[in-house]
Amino acid sequence: MEALLHQVLSGLATGGIYASLALALVMIYRSTNHINFAQGEMAMFSTYLAWTLIDAGVSWWLVFLMTVGASFVAGMAIERLLIRPVEHAPLLTVVIVFIGLLVIFNSVAGWIYSYTIKSFPSPFPAEPVFGGLMSAHELGAIGVTLVVLLLLYLFFQFTPLGLAMRAVAQNPASSRLAGIRVGWMLALGWGLAAAIGAVAGMMVAPVIYLDPNMMSGVLLYAFAAALMGGIDSPGGAVAGGFIVGVVENVMGAFVIGTELKLTVALLVIIGVLLVRPSGLFGKVFVTRV
Amino acid sequence: MANAYRALAAALAASLTLAPAAHAQKRYGPGASDTEIKFGQTMPYSGPASAYGTIGKAEAAYFRMINDQGGVNGRKLNLISLDDGYSPPRTVEQIRKLVEDEQVLFAFQTLGTPSNTAIQKYMNARKVPHLFVATGATKWGDPQHNPWTMGWQPTYQHESQIYAKYVLKNRPNAKIAVLYQNDDYGKDYLKGFKDGLGSQASKLIVAEASYEVTDPTVDSQIVALKASGAGVLFNITTPKFAAQAIRKVHDIGWRPLHFLNNVSSSVASVLQPAGLDKSVGLISVAYFKDPTDPAWKDDKAVQDYFAFMKKYYPEGNAADGLNAYGYAVAQTLVQALKQCGDDLTRENIMRQAASIKDLDVPMLLPGIRINTSPTDFYPIEQVQLMRFDGKTWVLFGDIVSR
Amino acid sequence: MARQARWWQWLGLLAALALLCALPFALSNYRTFQFTLALVYAIVLLGLNILTGYNGQISLGHGAFYAIGAYTAAILMDKFGVPYWATVPLAGAVCLVFGFLFGLPALRLHGHYLALATFALAVAMPQILKYKGIEEWTGGVQGIVILKPDPPAGVALNQDQWLYLLTLAVAVVMFVLAWNLIHSRVGRAWMALRDHPIAAEAMGINSALYKASAFGISALYTGVAGALGAIVVQFVAPDSFTGVLSINFLIGLVIGGLASISGAVWGALFIQFVPNIADHISKAAPWAIYGIFMIAFAYAMPTGVAGFLRLAWSRTARRTAGARAQA
Repeated sequence: MEALLHQVLSGLATGGIYASLALALVMIYRSTNHINFAQGEMAMFSTYLAWTLIDAGVSWWLVFLMTVGASFVAGMAIERLLIRPVEHAPLLTVVIVFIGLLVIFNSVAGWIYSYTIKSFPSPFPAEPVFGGLMSAHELGAIGVTLVVLLLLYLFFQFTPLGLAMRAVAQNPASSRLAGIRVGWMLALGWGLAAAIGAVAGMMVAPVIYLDPNMMSGVLLYAFAAALMGGIDSPGGAVAGGFIVGVVENVMGAFVIGTELKLTVALLVIIGVLLVRPSGLFGKVFVTRV
Repeated sequence: MANAYRALAAALAASLTLAPAAHAQKRYGPGASDTEIKFGQTMPYSGPASAYGTIGKAEAAYFRMINDQGGVNGRKLNLISLDDGYSPPRTVEQIRKLVEDEQVLFAFQTLGTPSNTAIQKYMNARKVPHLFVATGATKWGDPQHNPWTMGWQPTYQHESQIYAKYVLKNRPNAKIAVLYQNDDYGKDYLKGFKDGLGSQASKLIVAEASYEVTDPTVDSQIVALKASGAGVLFNITTPKFAAQAIRKVHDIGWRPLHFLNNVSSSVASVLQPAGLDKSVGLISVAYFKDPTDPAWKDDKAVQDYFAFMKKYYPEGNAADGLNAYGYAVAQTLVQALKQCGDDLTRENIMRQAASIKDLDVPMLLPGIRINTSPTDFYPIEQVQLMRFDGKTWVLFGDIVSR
Repeated sequence: MARQARWWQWLGLLAALALLCALPFALSNYRTFQFTLALVYAIVLLGLNILTGYNGQISLGHGAFYAIGAYTAAILMDKFGVPYWATVPLAGAVCLVFGFLFGLPALRLHGHYLALATFALAVAMPQILKYKGIEEWTGGVQGIVILKPDPPAGVALNQDQWLYLLTLAVAVVMFVLAWNLIHSRVGRAWMALRDHPIAAEAMGINSALYKASAFGISALYTGVAGALGAIVVQFVAPDSFTGVLSINFLIGLVIGGLASISGAVWGALFIQFVPNIADHISKAAPWAIYGIFMIAFAYAMPTGVAGFLRLAWSRTARRTAGARAQA
């Protein structure tokens, strides 16, 4: 029983990691109707920028603000400069551009910073909590994720800007007719997603150590979590993240052993999708003929 | 009878007079000439194992330094290093390019067990020296079946057998837990460990947990291993996961007898990120000097290494043990090439590589020598145990041979 | 006008085929080996195109079918002594079954969800291949080494040339089969399901059967290619079939051109040779160069190379027709 509790707590901590990146994926999806596969690498790159600033002696929370701000601007720039040319291209062509970005960010980070792991400091105290099963940082990171979730929810539900973004994602033509600056809404969406990604990166790096391949493993789980929870639901994505983390750990420790842990975790996710093809908390779209 | 003796004496005399003449002749295989020695390697400069790519860069930098100092026997060393992304089909493609297109003399430090498995047959069929492969798998020291393939470092199985013997001697009734990476490297270490424990293996090992390189953390595995009640942990992880594991073991209040595989024993790359205070009591083995270990602060070989890194590979991380490793292997190759003199055929390269006697490479630990022979394709077979005291690794015990 | 075009097309095809046959005799063994791999990828992309291009089901998991095909061939050769040429159709058959079985539950998933499900399969494949339980067959983490086949007795070719011509022959057969399929009722049903699924079902097309068989046939192609690939590389190991392979296939598919048979060839040439070019250009960050190539191609040719060529051809045809009309 105790062992189960330990695995669940450990799973919540790992799930928090998935949830934070999943939020960035949901952000980009809700605002542009695309899933940006490069989100993880962009988050990693933002974290490296933060690391450079911390290494130069700047205080942690100041670095946090600067990195989030810089990532926001960079995200907007990427959308305006790199994604706009393929705005009207088929879906898969846009996916290729995302993959291209992924590969470029990964490769450039490796070139500039080398592949040796780096420590990334945590703003939270160092003492472990819950008898050492979670560090104060992991708890703090979950807290930060939940705060971002709340802000996202409020933004999309209650602000005119959020409404405009949702409109643009669902129906760009009508939105334009309604007077919304579609291009800038898309750019804003990218900026916010990049900012959320930066937050995710800075929360995750102290736990899993910073290296160019830091997010590759996380991205798959974040993707799975977001889809399982419902790709258009931020709350669903976070719930999905925690569920994936816990299920994966419990499966690995008690049911199937670690040699097939990844396989079984993925099977569970697919199983959920088969039962609820739009995710646990996602909206089901009914197409009328 | 006397006639036979006379004939033999005549033949002997003839061969003795002929031999020096043969030595004085220059003989070249493909890629060798009066001015250069061209050789190749594949390294994972991209992909999941890209952290190891720095080894190739350090080696290339070392050969640049040698060239600046005049080269080997007056010839420049030309290393062609290609990226294989740790994908065996790509390794096959790149090696074929090196051998058939670039016409290299030999392959040096091709990295990765699956990558090398993919090309081993080809290299031996083509009779191209496949030297000092950058992997500790045990199967590379088999001159009978693969006379053109040779490893360099002490094998993983050798190392883990040493840990097993230590446990049998000092904690004969311990419960053992093992964390290992689910690939050839991890499983090779595990096999050696179980072989070392012999018939006791199934009784003593109470928990095994594996992880994939794509896993974000190994926290769940550590928690499960602690729950098994084990008092000994064998940690077979690569640097990133080693740091995570060491930190987690400490944070959950577990204090096992903790063996750490040599691959991840770097103070700066693993123990510092994990936390030096959390690494106290770790046991590992070493065969070359960790340049970031304060114990070697005033050692000439290490100082030379730092000077080399600063001048020739400044963008590399001098604190990374992988760079020190590359430096040491490169030193070995240079010695072997010097031994070849002017006979730079593939056969002679292999012959010289298989006849290294008591070579003292400065980066290796004192007392450890490189030895090869036509029946011994394991250049380094000695290691020494060491324990971390919070600041540095402290060597203890005697040098252990295979 | 149409009859002339067809005559030209046949001539062009024959010329291309002749060129391909002559290739191994003009190039070094190493280049022949590279082109053999490109042919293997072309077969994969053809299969992927059937599923994603013509039937609209996104798959990020074809690396898994490629792995199954490769391992089937390897295990048959290594453990059962089956001759190498027989493993190719057998691998195809095995993958047909697996593909169809995977296609059935996949019917419930669309778009991003299907992409995730297929990607999950691709990512889980190496772990499955390493699994202790089937280690005896698969060789576990060590993989299986395969002997390079010799040309049949009496044929004066070296091993690389023989493998190339064999792969070319298989590729031609697979391409002809695909062409026939696409231009038959089956192909039209697939495309109808892609473009107007509800209307297609209303017209009586058995959506489940056609979609699942698209998966199956697509997997068959990939399995055949996987078997050939294993024979050419002479080695299979779990690390050869990671998720990256599936992503590469997707890249080749899109850059080559969706819903295009010739697109498979362009895409295969891209994923086989552009990484080498990128390597040449930059030692420090070769994949960044590859990424830039990908983005450049996506900008310049959003419908793929095949789409671009089709556009260019129709523009010149219109211009010459216009000129002829004026003359």
